[in-house]
Amino acid sequence: MTDLQIPTTPVPGNLVLAPVKQSGLGEQMKAGLDAPICLTWELTYACNLQCVHCLSSSGRRDPRELTTAEAEAVIDELERMQVFYINIGGGEPTIRPDFWHLVEYAVDHGVGVKFSTNGSKIDADVARKLAGMDYVDVQISIDGADAATNDAVRGEGSFATAVAAMEHLHDAGFGEFKISVVMTRHNIPQVDEFKAMADRFGAQLRLTRFRPSGRGADSWHELHPTDQQQRDLYHWLLDRPDVLTGDSFFHLSALGEALPGLNLCGAGRVVCLIDPLGDVYACPFVLHDEFLAGSVRDEGGFQRVWQESDLFRELREPQSAGACASCGHFDACQGGCMAAKFFTGIPLDGPDPECVLGHGEPLVEAADQALRPVGQDHSRPTPVKFLGRK
Amino acid sequence: MDFDAGRRYRLHERVALRPEPFGALAYHYGNRRLNFLRAPELVTVVESLDDHDTPRAAFDAAGIEPRRWPSFEKALASLAASDFLVAA
Amino acid sequence: MEPTDIQDQTSTDEVVDTAAESGELVEDELLVEEISIDGMCGVY
Repeated sequence: MTDLQIPTTPVPGNLVLAPVKQSGLGEQMKAGLDAPICLTWELTYACNLQCVHCLSSSGRRDPRELTTAEAEAVIDELERMQVFYINIGGGEPTIRPDFWHLVEYAVDHGVGVKFSTNGSKIDADVARKLAGMDYVDVQISIDGADAATNDAVRGEGSFATAVAAMEHLHDAGFGEFKISVVMTRHNIPQVDEFKAMADRFGAQLRLTRFRPSGRGADSWHELHPTDQQQRDLYHWLLDRPDVLTGDSFFHLSALGEALPGLNLCGAGRVVCLIDPLGDVYACPFVLHDEFLAGSVRDEGGFQRVWQESDLFRELREPQSAGACASCGHFDACQGGCMAAKFFTGIPLDGPDPECVLGHGEPLVEAADQALRPVGQDHSRPTPVKFLGRK
Repeated sequence: MDFDAGRRYRLHERVALRPEPFGALAYHYGNRRLNFLRAPELVTVVESLDDHDTPRAAFDAAGIEPRRWPSFEKALASLAASDFLVAA
Repeated sequence: MEPTDIQDQTSTDEVVDTAAESGELVEDELLVEEISIDGMCGVY
């Protein structure tokens, strides 16, 4: 087993400087905190796009979504709990009529906001307004470095829309917004182009793991990276500590030196998800009853769910290595991603489906995909079907 | 900024300190950096820095054993380097 | 944001306390750790 090594070359200031697991901080995080460090809040299931692998199976607004007043009450709670920062997404959050009001309400109440968008509402005026706002960050989603690759996943015209938004933000002097890409078999070869795009716009590049969640389950077998691509991506990321990952590749740490980040599953321990209905899930990749902790509409609100729900208490118990106990790499990879296991039909104490040692592959093959769990689905009748590149 | 053990320091006004069982989380709303303070006594020290002429005076007042002072100084230096502490 | 100097954050170094005549070793504790706010799995 490769020993974890501490980076010895200078890195930009705002990054983890040593693998956290060596210091025991990870162990403390696993036991949970009185409040999340940050969380994802999906504001609506409505979306004007129909991306092939949407993690939240978004498309149609749900009639039971939180009202403006209910959303404000959640923000009030987050303020009291001193949640520093939230990631707002959806669906497409900017199409909620009260979106701007809620963003301003959050920052006025001490909660920093990053919102994730396909860019369709970011015109020159909006970009200027955003450039003038403090404590608000913007993340533009794309899935290809050119229109052919991107639009095959996100629909015709979506690349042009996203790039236009990036240009507006750049021209307005917004500064370092984020460009976020979900890594698949088809876009991993484009990593250098993504980096060049980010550099051109003065943005930060963020690459995240493709999980078999939401509509992602339908195309996961065709789109998830090959073993070689995973290894290539790992080495590429190691050389570029300024590229963000949301710690979503911690399962790759079994390949050697750990990537920057806490290197563990944060679900229910340091992060969670609030969905458009106010339901609280362990993370955005498990919108399924099995990982539903409670609702902000319950007595005691979000705080009680975070601090006292059965699900989160369970997740904060020490987890056994299970089937991975005999593998020398468990310390590094922690058995991988719960969501990836759940939606490919692998037991939660088994290996990650993309285990770098190949322990997950036979289990994926053996699992009956017809019986795999299916989560929340707000898809419109005709989502984009992946047709391949033209 | 370079850490100067002979100066009075204070927490940057844009830094929020959130107590935790292990010590505290510290978040800088300006530069969005996040630090974990991994001992409750370090939190006590950080919160009291502005009341003392030098960090060592704060260590002393907080009852920190002298053999731990180098570690505490290093901790303060790293907080100063990420702009969490500023000279008062 | 200005780049910071690389800081040694290992907890394996030992520093001799020059004030201790007995040669008592000072433990080098890692009291502050920085994580990127993006460095937590399970958020967008």
